Amino acid sequence: MPSARKRAWAGFVLLAVGLAVLPFLVDFGLGRTWVRLVDFALLYVMLALGLNIVVGYAGLLDLGYVAFYALGAYVYAWLASPHFGVHLPFWAILPLGALLAAAFGVLLGAPTLRLRGDYLAIVTLGFGEIIRIFMNNLNAPLNITNGPQGINLIDPLRLGDVSLAQSHVLGGITLSAPHQYYYVFLILTLGVVFVSMRLEDSRVGRAWVAIREDEIAAAAMGIDTRNFKLLAFAMGATFGGLAGGLFASFQGFISPESFNLMESIMILCMIVLGGMGHIPGVIFGAVVLTLLPEALRYTGDAQRALLGRIVVDPADLRMLLFGVALVAVMLYRPAGLIPSARRRRELAAKGDVLEQEQASLADTAR
Amino acid sequence: MDVFLQQLVNGLVLGSVYALVALGYTMVYGILELINFAHGEITMMGAMVALAVIGALALAAPALPGVVIVGAGLALAIPVCMALGLLIERVAYRPLRNAPRLAPLITAIGVSIILQNVAMLIWGKQYIPFPAILPQGRHDVLGASITDVQLAILLLAVVIMAGLTLLVGKTRLGRAMRATAQSRQVASLMGVDVDRVIAATFVIGSALAAIAGVMVSAYYGLAHYYMGFLLGLKAFSAAVLGGIGNLAGAMLGGLLLGVIEALGAGYIGDLTGGFLGSHYQDVFAFFVLILVLVFRPSGLLGERLAERA
Amino acid sequence: MTRKLLRCALTTAAILLAAGCGQKSEPRDGTLAIRIGQVSPLTGPQAHLGRDNDNGARLAVDEINAQGLTLGGKPARIELRSEDDAADPKTATTVAQKLVDEGVVAVVGHLNSGATIPASKIYADAGIPQISPSATAIAYTAQGFRTAFRVMTNDAQQGSVLGRYAVQKLGARRVAIIDDRTAYGQGLADEVAKAVSAAGGEVVAREYTSDRATDFMAILTSIKAKSPDLVFFGGMDPQAAPMVKQLKQLGVNARFLGGDGVQTPKFVELAGAEAEGTIASNPGLPLDAMPGGAAFKSKFEAKYGKIQNYAPYAYDAVYVLVEAMRRAQSSEPAKVLAELPKTDYQGVTGRIRFDAKGDITGGAVTLYQVRDGKWVTLETVQSAQ
Repeated sequence: MPSARKRAWAGFVLLAVGLAVLPFLVDFGLGRTWVRLVDFALLYVMLALGLNIVVGYAGLLDLGYVAFYALGAYVYAWLASPHFGVHLPFWAILPLGALLAAAFGVLLGAPTLRLRGDYLAIVTLGFGEIIRIFMNNLNAPLNITNGPQGINLIDPLRLGDVSLAQSHVLGGITLSAPHQYYYVFLILTLGVVFVSMRLEDSRVGRAWVAIREDEIAAAAMGIDTRNFKLLAFAMGATFGGLAGGLFASFQGFISPESFNLMESIMILCMIVLGGMGHIPGVIFGAVVLTLLPEALRYTGDAQRALLGRIVVDPADLRMLLFGVALVAVMLYRPAGLIPSARRRRELAAKGDVLEQEQASLADTAR
Repeated sequence: MDVFLQQLVNGLVLGSVYALVALGYTMVYGILELINFAHGEITMMGAMVALAVIGALALAAPALPGVVIVGAGLALAIPVCMALGLLIERVAYRPLRNAPRLAPLITAIGVSIILQNVAMLIWGKQYIPFPAILPQGRHDVLGASITDVQLAILLLAVVIMAGLTLLVGKTRLGRAMRATAQSRQVASLMGVDVDRVIAATFVIGSALAAIAGVMVSAYYGLAHYYMGFLLGLKAFSAAVLGGIGNLAGAMLGGLLLGVIEALGAGYIGDLTGGFLGSHYQDVFAFFVLILVLVFRPSGLLGERLAERA
Repeated sequence: MTRKLLRCALTTAAILLAAGCGQKSEPRDGTLAIRIGQVSPLTGPQAHLGRDNDNGARLAVDEINAQGLTLGGKPARIELRSEDDAADPKTATTVAQKLVDEGVVAVVGHLNSGATIPASKIYADAGIPQISPSATAIAYTAQGFRTAFRVMTNDAQQGSVLGRYAVQKLGARRVAIIDDRTAYGQGLADEVAKAVSAAGGEVVAREYTSDRATDFMAILTSIKAKSPDLVFFGGMDPQAAPMVKQLKQLGVNARFLGGDGVQTPKFVELAGAEAEGTIASNPGLPLDAMPGGAAFKSKFEAKYGKIQNYAPYAYDAVYVLVEAMRRAQSSEPAKVLAELPKTDYQGVTGRIRFDAKGDITGGAVTLYQVRDGKWVTLETVQSAQ
C-alpha cells in the first residue's frame, strides 16, 4: 500500500480504538456524569448533522428544528411506556419515529417553499412553537401527550432481556448504563455521519448546493427546487426524529419544556459556530456546545475555593459567555471555527472574481 | 356583544403594544434586511432603566405627578437605548454588512443573549414592580372598559406611526433612508452617507423601543429581564404579517396580531366545542401568520418584490 | 490533519488520565463527611424561592454541625452540596445524576414538581432517599418509589381544601379556574375543580395561560362574561399579580383565590393595591402558628433576610434526614431508608410523619388573605387524609 493510504488506515484504526475506549477514559478521569454528557453530546451531533442538511447544505434557515426532535421523542414515549400501555421494542419504534418526523418535515416544509430567507426563519420558528404548544396541551379531552407533566417511566433500550439502563459486567469490565448507551449512540451517529457524507457528495448534495447558492439559476438549470427542498427537510427531520427517540429512551422522561425555541437556536448555533455545511465542523460545534456549559459549572467550585463565595453564578456566566462567543465568532470567523475550504473562501472573499472562479473550479474537480 | 367589544379593545391595546415594537423592527429591516433580534432586548433595557429611575423617584418624591415621574424615567431611558443601539450597530452589525444573511442573524441572537444576561446581572432575576403612580381611571365605552394607560398606548402608537411616516416621507433623512433601503450602493453614489443613515435608523428605532418598553411595563405593572424575548418575537411576527419594511404594515400587522390573539383566546374554546382552548392562544397567532405568508409571501401590505438576483 | 487530530486526542487522553489519578478524597482527621444534596432553581424567575430553600437547608446544616453529630461512635460533619436545576426537568436529571455520582447520601429537593418527578427516578435507581420540601404534584409519590418523600402537603390535599373552602366558607357558587399549563399549576387547578364540584359549586369557566405570559385580558374577558363569584389561579406569583390587576381593570367583581405559588411577599409587592382581598393557601401552618416558627423566623432572618416561602420545610427536611441517620446510627442510604418511614418528628412546620407513599400524614393547609398590604392568617384546615 502506498504510505498515504497506510497513514489513512492507521488514522482510522486509531480513531476507532480511541472512540471505543473513550467512555472508560472519561469515567476514570471525570466521573460517570461526564459519560452521560458525552452521550448527550452524541445526540446533539446527530441533531446538528440533521439541521446541517437543511441549513448547511440546502441553505434553508430552519428555526423550528426542535419540533422533529420532539416528535421522535413522543413517538417513542407513546410506544414504549405505561402511558398507553404499549411496549414495543426499540428497533420497531425508532424507524417509526424517524418516519413520522420525515412526514412532518415534508408537511412543515411545503408551505415555506416560496418564502425568502428571513420569512422562512419566522415561519419555521412558528411551526416549532406550534408543535411544542400542542405537545403541552393535548391532555384534554383525549390524553395524548399528558400535557406539561410529560411522560414518565419510558422503557430504556432493551436487547431481548438485557436492559441497557442497568449495569452489566462483561469479561471483568463493568459497563454502566451510560457506557452501554454510548456504544449504541456511537454506532447510530457514525451511521448518520456516513449518510451525510454520501448525501453531500451526490447529485442530491450538489443540487442542494446549487439551490443554496442561487435558486433561480438552479431552477434555470432544470433542478426541481421544490422536491429537493422537501427532501432536505425530510432528511433533516429524519435524523431529528431518530435522535428524539434515543433521547426518550435514555432519559426515561420527556416533557414539552425540553423542546423549546432555545433548543432550536442552540442547535443552529452549533452548526454555525462549528462550521456550517462541513461535517467535522458540525461535529466539533455540537460536542463543544454540549460539554462546555457543563465545564463552566465548575467555575462555581473554583470561585468558592478561591474567593470563599460565588461572585458570579456559573449559570449566569454560561449564557453570557455563549452570547459573547456567538458574536465573536461571527465577527472574526463567520464561516465557523472549522469551516469547509470552500466556505472560508466564500466568506473571506478578498480576491478578484477570476481567482474565485478558479478556486471554485478546483473545488468541483476534487 | 359587549364581550366581543371588550375583546376587541383588549386586542387593539395588545396590538398597539406589538405595533410599537414592530415599528422599530421594520425600520431596521427595511434598510438593512436584518432581523434585529436584539430589538426586543433594547425594549427591555429601556423598561428596566426607566423603572430604576421611576422607582427611586416615586419613593423619594411621592408628591410629584405620575406623568412627570414617568417622563423623567423616559428622559434617561431613551438616550441610554439610543446609545445602546448605536453601539450594537457599530460593533456587531456594521462589520457584517456584506456577509451572507445568516451571519448578522446569528450575531443578533448573540447580542440579544448578551443583553438579557447583562440585565440579569445588573437588576437580578426578580420581577420589578412598576409603582402605581399613573392615573388609574377607567372608562366604560359601550359596555367595554378601557383604562387611561390603555388609551395612552393606543394613542401613542398612532402618534408615533404618524410621526414616523412624516419623517420617512417628508424629511431629507427620510428620503435618504428610503434611498438606502432601495439600494445601498446607488444611494452612496448619489451622495448619501450610508453609514450615518443606518446609524440614524438604529438610533430612532432604539428610541422607539425605549418608549415601548416603558409603556409595556406601565401597562402590565412589572418589568423583568426576560420580558423582551417573547415580546420581540411577537412584534417581529407582526411586522412580517404586515409586510416588513413597511411602516403602515407594522402598525396593521401589530393590531391584527393583537386582535387575533385576543379573539382567539376568547372564542376558540366555544368555536371548537372545548377541544381547543385558550392555551392555544399563541398557536393561533402563529397559524394566521403562516396562512398569510403562504398566500401572500411578502405580507399584507408588502410589495411583491422580484427576487433579487 | 491526522497529525493534529492525533495530538489533540493524545492530549485529551493524558489530561483525563491525570485527572482520574488525582481524584482521591480522604476524610479529614477521621471525621465522617456526609454529603447531602440540595437542589432548587438558583437561576431563573423562581430563583428567589430556590435560594430560600437553599438557605433553609443551610441553616439546618450549620446548626447540626455546630451542635456536633456523632454516628456509630464517629464524629460526623454534614456537607451541603447545592445544585441549580433552573426548574427545568432536563437539567434536574443531569444534576441529579451528578449528585449521585458525587456520592451524596440523601437529597433535599427539588423545588418544582416538574423537576422533582424526573429526578426522583434517578435517586430511586441509586437508592438515595429524597425529601422534597415543596413539590406538591401527586405524581411524585404516586410513582411508588421507596426513596420519594415530601414534607409538604400535596396538591390533592391542598386542592381539596381550597375547593371546599371556596364553596363552603366563601359561598362561591360560580367558580372560574385558570392554570398556567405547568405540571404544578395544572395539577392544583384540576384538584380544585374536582373539589368545587364535589362541594356543590359550578365550574363555569376553565381557561389557560402560560408561565411566561403577562397579558390575560382575553381570557379574563371570557371569564367576566360567565359572571363568576370567584376566580382561582393555579400558578406562580409573577403571573398572579398582573392577573389580579387586569381583573380589576375589567371590572370583574369576583374574589381572587390562589395556591401556595401565589402566597408570597412578591405577589403583594407586584400587585400593589390590587392585591387587597386576595386569598391564597399554603400547605402547613403559618410561621407564627408553627411550634418552632418564631424562633426559626428570627434565626433565619438574622442570616438570610425575609423568608420567601418554603425555607422552613427545607430546614425540617434536613432535620428529618439527620434524625433518621441518628436512629440508624449510620449515613448509609440503605439504612437511612429503612428508618425514614418510621419518622415521627416535631419540626418547625409541625409534626412530621409519612404515610406508605411518602406523603406527609395529616397535612394542614392554611388560608391567608391580603389585608393592608400584608398576608394575614385566616384559618388552618386539616386535610381529610
